[in-house]
Amino acid sequence: MTRTLARAALCLALALPLAAQAHKMWMVPSATVLSSDEAWVTVDAAISNDLYYPDHFPAQLDTLVITAPDGTTVKPENASTGKYRSTFDLAVPQKGTYRLALVNQGLTASYELDGQKKRWRGKAGELKTGVPAGAKNVQVGEMSTRVETFVTQGTPSTGALKATNVGLELVPVTHPNDLAAGEPAKFRLVLDGKPAANLKVIAIPGATRYRNSPDEIDTTTDKDGNFSITFPGPGMYWVNASAEDTHTSVKEAKQRRLAYTATFEVLPQ
Amino acid sequence: MRRRLIVAVCLAVAAPAFGADMNLTVEIPTLKVAEYHRPYVAVWIEREDHTVAANLAVWYDVKKADGEGTKWLKDMRQWWRRSGREQTMPIDGVSGATRPAGQHQLSFSDGKPPLGTLAPGHYELVVEAAREVGGREMQRIPFDWPSAKPTHLTAQGKDELGLISLDLNP
Repeated sequence: MTRTLARAALCLALALPLAAQAHKMWMVPSATVLSSDEAWVTVDAAISNDLYYPDHFPAQLDTLVITAPDGTTVKPENASTGKYRSTFDLAVPQKGTYRLALVNQGLTASYELDGQKKRWRGKAGELKTGVPAGAKNVQVGEMSTRVETFVTQGTPSTGALKATNVGLELVPVTHPNDLAAGEPAKFRLVLDGKPAANLKVIAIPGATRYRNSPDEIDTTTDKDGNFSITFPGPGMYWVNASAEDTHTSVKEAKQRRLAYTATFEVLPQ
Repeated sequence: MRRRLIVAVCLAVAAPAFGADMNLTVEIPTLKVAEYHRPYVAVWIEREDHTVAANLAVWYDVKKADGEGTKWLKDMRQWWRRSGREQTMPIDGVSGATRPAGQHQLSFSDGKPPLGTLAPGHYELVVEAAREVGGREMQRIPFDWPSAKPTHLTAQGKDELGLISLDLNP
């Protein structure tokens, strides 16, 4: 039940990705900069209104992919899903940067059955069984989302940050674990590995509960997918971009919705 | 006579190379707090582009087992970003145990590690202190190297550092 609701919440979060009041999906690590081979981080993952307070639904960890500095995939420990958040621990014995990603690829469908409007969400292969034979006005959409954060032990590295060339992804120019207040940070967005031009990118500082204004920073990618943000102060930032296109992988889907979200920690000088 | 003169000339020419040095005093203040741990302190020399020309000292908890001592090196966050994260601890001739409150004298000679040979130019001496369950402070002293005459420079810390003084000798 929780899972179904979380899926529904995720769909809602995707449907309204640009609205500041929409639910936001995120992962936030207990630390992003570490100086010991023995260090661990503990990570929260949730879908919430406020940043970074779990107040709505836990993020599902079945789509979690953790890439170690050497490019191998590593497993989290002590993973659990509670009422408002999921949490897991990660040992970071390797020097370099770990990429933590919740990667969702799937289909959504809306249809009418016996005069009632219904919704369905699932994997591409489940569409035929998911939508009943008698359904009318079937609208199928494809969805591709990636929610990331980064953790570095020792010197930042980029081995784990290579784009998979599927969906909307961030290519760092400035390293995501080398961000400092007041310094311009540069990144590139790619869509299926190609420059994602003219996309709106927003950044919202955490601790939203303790201020009145969202303090959202807006920018737009250039023709090569590049964008730059000067983070005004230290803290965790929720960075998000979304896109729509018709490059679907199943013929029933006419439209694809894509989103990329990252949590960046910006340190004081 | 001529031989003596040559020796004298040689000494005169060689003298600056032997003599150039820097003497540094780092004061760790006495703090009246319920839970006190000696601060981690890093001392380094930065070029104008903020790259690190030399690490002079890193005082941290070298005794703790299982990497617990290196775990908090990142709290000297400026040093960690500029240089620390590239290092393998301990750093020979640079790192050592944390020190108690008081004045600590350090001397460095041109051409010898850890100072090495600095190219003539404008630099900043940086001292950063971070204390467990306490605060963090960084002080900078700009200087030109080599110094034409004996120079005394200071920076006054406020919280985690006391008086920092740098004496440059040509």
